[in-house]
Amino acid sequence: MTPQDIQARLKTKFGDAIGDLVITPDAAKPTPKYYENFFTISPKVWREAAEYLKFDRELLFDGLMCVTGLDDKVKLTAVYNLYSYIHRHRITVKVEVTRDEPKMPSAQPVWMHADWMEREAYDLLGIVFEGHRDLRRVLLPEDWIGHPLRKDYVEPAEYRGIMTWRENLLGKLPGESYDPKTPIGGNQ
Amino acid sequence: MTTALKTEEITLNMGPQHPSTHGVIRFILKTDGEIIYECVPDVGYLHRSIEKIGEKVEWQSFIPYTDRVDYLASMNSNWAYSLAVERLAGIEVPRRAEFLRVIVGELGRITSHLIGAGALALDIGAATPFTHAIRDREMVNDLFERICGARLTFSFVYPGGVAYDAPPGWIEDVLEFCDYFEPRIEQFNALITYNKIFVKRLAGVAVIDTETAIDYGLVGPNLRASGFRFDLRRDEPYSVYPELDFDVPVGRGEVGVLGDCWDRFKCRVDEMKESLKIVRQACRMLPTDSAHKAKVKKILKPPKGEVYVRSESARGEMGFYLISDGTQNSVRTKIRTGSFSAMGVFPKVARGMMIADLIAVIASLDIVAPEIDR
Repeated sequence: MTPQDIQARLKTKFGDAIGDLVITPDAAKPTPKYYENFFTISPKVWREAAEYLKFDRELLFDGLMCVTGLDDKVKLTAVYNLYSYIHRHRITVKVEVTRDEPKMPSAQPVWMHADWMEREAYDLLGIVFEGHRDLRRVLLPEDWIGHPLRKDYVEPAEYRGIMTWRENLLGKLPGESYDPKTPIGGNQ
Repeated sequence: MTTALKTEEITLNMGPQHPSTHGVIRFILKTDGEIIYECVPDVGYLHRSIEKIGEKVEWQSFIPYTDRVDYLASMNSNWAYSLAVERLAGIEVPRRAEFLRVIVGELGRITSHLIGAGALALDIGAATPFTHAIRDREMVNDLFERICGARLTFSFVYPGGVAYDAPPGWIEDVLEFCDYFEPRIEQFNALITYNKIFVKRLAGVAVIDTETAIDYGLVGPNLRASGFRFDLRRDEPYSVYPELDFDVPVGRGEVGVLGDCWDRFKCRVDEMKESLKIVRQACRMLPTDSAHKAKVKKILKPPKGEVYVRSESARGEMGFYLISDGTQNSVRTKIRTGSFSAMGVFPKVARGMMIADLIAVIASLDIVAPEIDR
């Protein structure tokens, strides 16, 4: 099925909760055939839509390739790249949530692969997937504060007494002015 | 006169510095004697925030970081990223570069599978096959050193082509290596693959059927070992793979159950043969009348848009989800790797297993720790 057909099929089932198909935001010259075809799905119907995407005879998206969290300073987005091993077609769907209340239903009960993928999106972007069986941080320590891939993230100066920056040793070279307050990395 | 034997659950901490975890991974095991009844993988010890770095550096500058994502198959990681950037920026790659990429990519797959298969044997107690594997891997490393100067982190495949052309005589030496290596695979099989003890340790252990493999997002040899013939080089072809003739080996349940540890091991060994086949063809078809790289601007500014491009790395599907807003930095660089997905399957397969078998499962899924944590 083409992305247009897939979007239309979901549109007839879920109505206004399905957004328009976007092929590329700015259809510039080069090879748009490789650009992702995506549409948005409202978080309200996402759980049912996920099941529909996986189990509908015509769609059968049994493979979840990737879950990506995005932050564009206005909202947070979870991107699901789906692939059907049976029909050999693919689609990208986006579920958008607000930054103040980044809660959306989890797709983990539908695709087990979403278990770790959503944990990563939660860890790095702070999207809370409701109904996930085990939503914990995966890459960062459990007591880490903040979500580093958010655009407004400021790295803490230290973690459990370990500095996340170091002083500028280059300034200690002879003839260089030494300003220990200028850090390298982390906080600059 | 009876005294009840005191029994209790023991929580074992396997890792982060366990030699069989191939890096720094921790498994929290709840055990009843030798039997695991709960296995919780704990990762993140090697997290270097490569995805965040991807938002800070220019497009081409990210190539050396992709080396560090999967250091056992750096060529394939470079290639996966370059492919994504090329599709985003609409760069055409010259034919010679495509064939050079296929040659180094398949040689990279061979080195990675040699480590994977050799380390599996080493982990369950057979040290000799690993030395054989390392010996042959060194030869490929020598070839890589001659073409790009590095032996581990190559940064060889760049958006628009490859960094250097093949030096004189290099192609002949690659073909010579193929002739040398092909009988070595049979030797390797004779040494370990059909060894009775080895088979007993792996056959029927950690059976993953096709549905489970797809549901948990297993890719590459781990998916194919469950009997499902799917290879991105064949089914979603990129580069010049459609012109090349090769088979996709799958697990057959030869000595145990379809999708067990032995099948995953054998799938990798078989893939090395297919890779040799591809390298030979690519060497023969390598065009001499085109450049090894396209003219690409030093500071690349791909048009606004987003791509998810996946390609077949040594550990299966390696996907890059890149978003460009038309500037010299990406908005988001997401890396989907095979090892990260494979970690998710542990709680399912490890239940009811002996602790010693878990070692075999880790090695048979070919986990590479930096690829999990990125």
